[in-house]
Amino acid sequence: MNQEIKKRLVNQVNIYRSLLILVVICIFASLLSESFLSVSNLFNVFKQVTVAGIIACGMTFVILTGGIDLSVGSILGLSGVVASGVLASTGNTALAVVTAMAIGIACGAVNGFFISQCGIPPFIATLGMMTLLRGCVLIYTKGSPIPVKVDSYKFIGKGSVLGVPVPVIILILLFLLAHYVLTQTSFGRSIYAFGGNREVARLSGISVKRTEWMAYVMNGFLSGIAAVVLTARLSSAQSTSGQGIEMDAIAAVILGGTSLSGGTGFVLPTVIGAMIMGIIDNILTLMNVNPHATNIVKGAVVLIAVLVDKKVKDLSAKAG
Amino acid sequence: MGEGYVLKLENIVKTFPGVRALDGVHLEIREGEVHALCGENGAGKSTLMKIIAGAQPYTSGAMYLNGKEVVFHSAKDAKRHGIAMIYQEFNMIPELTVAENMYLGRLPVNRAGKVDWKRLNQEAQEHLERLGLSFSARAKVKSLSVAEAQMTEIAKCLTIGAKIIIMDEPTAALAEEEIRILFQTIGELKKKGISVIYISHRMDEIFQISDRLTVFRDGKFVATKEIGQTDYEDVVSMMVGRKVSNLYPTRDYVPKEVVFEARNINGPGVHGVSLKLHKGEILGITGLLGAGAIELSKLIYGAIPMESGEIYINGDKKDCTSPKKALKEGIGFVSDDRKQEGLVLIRSIRENISMSSLKKLTRGFSLNKKLEVKCVQEQVKALNIKISSDQQLTGKLSGGNQQKVVFAKVLEADSDILILAEPTRGVDVGAKAEIYSIINKLTECGKSILMISTDLPELIGISDRILVMREGQLVLNVSKQEINQEKILAHASGGVNKHESGN
Repeated sequence: MNQEIKKRLVNQVNIYRSLLILVVICIFASLLSESFLSVSNLFNVFKQVTVAGIIACGMTFVILTGGIDLSVGSILGLSGVVASGVLASTGNTALAVVTAMAIGIACGAVNGFFISQCGIPPFIATLGMMTLLRGCVLIYTKGSPIPVKVDSYKFIGKGSVLGVPVPVIILILLFLLAHYVLTQTSFGRSIYAFGGNREVARLSGISVKRTEWMAYVMNGFLSGIAAVVLTARLSSAQSTSGQGIEMDAIAAVILGGTSLSGGTGFVLPTVIGAMIMGIIDNILTLMNVNPHATNIVKGAVVLIAVLVDKKVKDLSAKAG
Repeated sequence: MGEGYVLKLENIVKTFPGVRALDGVHLEIREGEVHALCGENGAGKSTLMKIIAGAQPYTSGAMYLNGKEVVFHSAKDAKRHGIAMIYQEFNMIPELTVAENMYLGRLPVNRAGKVDWKRLNQEAQEHLERLGLSFSARAKVKSLSVAEAQMTEIAKCLTIGAKIIIMDEPTAALAEEEIRILFQTIGELKKKGISVIYISHRMDEIFQISDRLTVFRDGKFVATKEIGQTDYEDVVSMMVGRKVSNLYPTRDYVPKEVVFEARNINGPGVHGVSLKLHKGEILGITGLLGAGAIELSKLIYGAIPMESGEIYINGDKKDCTSPKKALKEGIGFVSDDRKQEGLVLIRSIRENISMSSLKKLTRGFSLNKKLEVKCVQEQVKALNIKISSDQQLTGKLSGGNQQKVVFAKVLEADSDILILAEPTRGVDVGAKAEIYSIINKLTECGKSILMISTDLPELIGISDRILVMREGQLVLNVSKQEINQEKILAHASGGVNKHESGN
């Protein structure tokens, strides 16, 4: 009887783990700094996590297949600079946004091609693409930033609707889209099946190559949108923008409890994972901690989260 | 205490939180005997084995080795006392040689601390020869057949001076010919006074090889009997706890039209096989391991690409070059390896069942979950799958229930032609009977079955016609009336010249 309750409790902790971490960290944060819980600061945190959050949504798909995508930062960089370039020469916001998305999709498709059709391990394929695309960015920009001067484009990053910042709205919409695709469509089911056991998925009549390919395309597409949000918020496209963001996205997915070996996980905990990273950043800034020390704390949080995850899983395995 | 017995277990109780896995179990093993443990899945066999092998502690009771009470704290401890276990999954390193694997962790060294390869290989070879094995101790394990790898494991037990060897389903991955070699080896062990505790789901083997057997049910000791004083039906009814009248359903199949035809199939391990399957028929295919029966099933389903060959369904030529295309043409496949090829073990029953019919369940962009739940419930009910919820992970189900989920998946995809590869492997007797009855019922609904099995009694019990393969070719085609086990074995092992195998 007691065992039954314990088992149920362990299962519940499993599901809401990332939410629990978030609550604990929020309590700590509000104790450490009075300004943390103010509305303007919370929106600020939200705004800061949008870029990593959007990419983490896409990364969830890739990691659910058992893969990894290291090239998202470079995809973001390239989409951002080319979109800003298009914007500078045409002044057409819609065209710039579509360009960013198209470049994201194209880069994701190339990743997916090498991985699903040629059988190159995801880590290696996307590592190559990461370096290659960053090179493209540097050649395109010649190393200098491209300023963004069109107001309608800037609105995407700086504006707000009914008091809610536009990037936050975009993140929520994309999260809902990703959640819908993953839980309500046959493609989502295929992703889970693929990540759970590729051969079973293939023998069950699922187009495994297309499924894997599409996961990378999806990730590229979201990286393209993230590029628009970032360049619009900063009013310029830097040749270094997006560098290292792949690690933030992967960390968010891991904090969300998605298994790196694929097959289990959701988008919502990933977004919460991204917020946890954002809040840590925010609180350390509010406390005037040396920015370099931020990385130490973030890394430690990821390690602790994974450690706790392992312990909880061992417990639930014991409870049957 | 325990006079005449090398191992004696008294009143062993093992409790897991909330479960009493073993409830006062007795077991007595004589020197040099083969002692079979019988019981359905969950009867407590594997827990008992782990206790004997020191891999798990027991809650209460006593264990005597040669009359002296012993307590094992680890598997190493048990090994030191001469008890070794051969698991279903071999624990060998493929890149190392047979000799290296046999002496892993205790390679002989010379005075300089360098491995004494000559002595190692010599000693290993001697152990192999003592068991009547002819392969080289210098061969890499990865180059061995499954049977040879298993023999290596047994030889390894001898190098540590094992007096009792526990074998868990040792024939699961072996074909008839290899089983014969295993049994010879077990005979050699007996001569040396080594006792073997033998676990198998295959009753015919137990009667062939054992001296005595002990039956368990629901963690309780039922009986220990001399092989001569019991029979198949007696053992099964003790295992199940009631009389089992008919394992195989009675079939009254009348030949109908051809629904499926494979012409001149060529591929890895399969050479020029043609066959016809009639509506409502159960066509059995058998052969030794490596004879190509499993490969043939995968070629037909498009799981392995064909080199050449044609598939006709209802007389029309069809493209079945991938599982997806084969499914579309109404061919379903139940793999012989349910854990690696049948189920996504970390996903739910519901997701597994609808995995092959996602398209059918999609309305617009999204899955129609209501329809899905309804379809899944229907399959669960029709196949009598015992589950508490369709959200349970398939990895946590028993072998029989897992296999039924695979069946449900294939049936949900509306397949009319079902290829079943070893559908009862690793499934206990009760569930086996159920699966046979499901297969029988399916044919009554007009489905046609191609069943691949190396379990001959099973194949003979259920098939309307049997094809025998050897070295990738069909060598025999017999109807129900002419089926007999000796004839099939003779053809499968090459004891008879190749026959005409048309239809």
